[in-house]
Amino acid sequence: MRVLYFAWLRQKIGLAEEEVAPPESVRDVASLIDFLAARSPGHAEAFANRAVVRCAVNQDFAGPDAPVHAGDEVAFFPPVTGG
Amino acid sequence: MARVRVQEAPFDIAAEIAALTAGRTDVGGIGLFVGTVRDSAGGRRIAAMTLEHYPGMTERALAAIVAEAEARWPLIGCAVIHRVGRLTPGEGIVLVATASAHRQAALDATAFLIDWLKTRAPFWKHEEFADGGGQWVAARGEDDAAAARWVR
Repeated sequence: MRVLYFAWLRQKIGLAEEEVAPPESVRDVASLIDFLAARSPGHAEAFANRAVVRCAVNQDFAGPDAPVHAGDEVAFFPPVTGG
Repeated sequence: MARVRVQEAPFDIAAEIAALTAGRTDVGGIGLFVGTVRDSAGGRRIAAMTLEHYPGMTERALAAIVAEAEARWPLIGCAVIHRVGRLTPGEGIVLVATASAHRQAALDATAFLIDWLKTRAPFWKHEEFADGGGQWVAARGEDDAAAARWVR
């Protein structure tokens, strides 16, 4: 699974992307965040306030209950501020 | 028909308008929105603003927003151009232009496009302060409210 980070999540984690192989218990976005948050202090800080973290699975916006699978591209970022 | 671009280079407003109407005589009105970099935020001077985006998803999201506008209004032409990279005050960030036979469709579609772009396209702004330091721009509740008025 390819995980991408943008804006301040990228800065806190120190990575723009990483390949991860979560255990089978990780089936949705919420459980993926639990798994990722335990990877480093930077990850923990980035995911500390989940209310300000948004997600996309395979480049479509996805909520905490959205399913994730091996091979997916999952991105985490703050609420968007373009325009 | 619609032109959607994400680019570092500046855009030429007159050239984009000309492209919307080139070879056509059925256009009755053009709607235009141009977003530019302001020189202050929260009382602090801004030296520059850096736009980051999610390549791939950005183009998908913009195409979906444009398709929705085309489904709702009888547009003859449409352009959405968003810049990325480091921009200084006064520079253009985003251009939305629409052409239609009548003004109301062009004006409404333009407002819709920028309102939905601001809440549904994966761009993020980082401000550099003139006196040092910087911060990521936080999403504004007003933008969510502006986008919500178009939800059906």
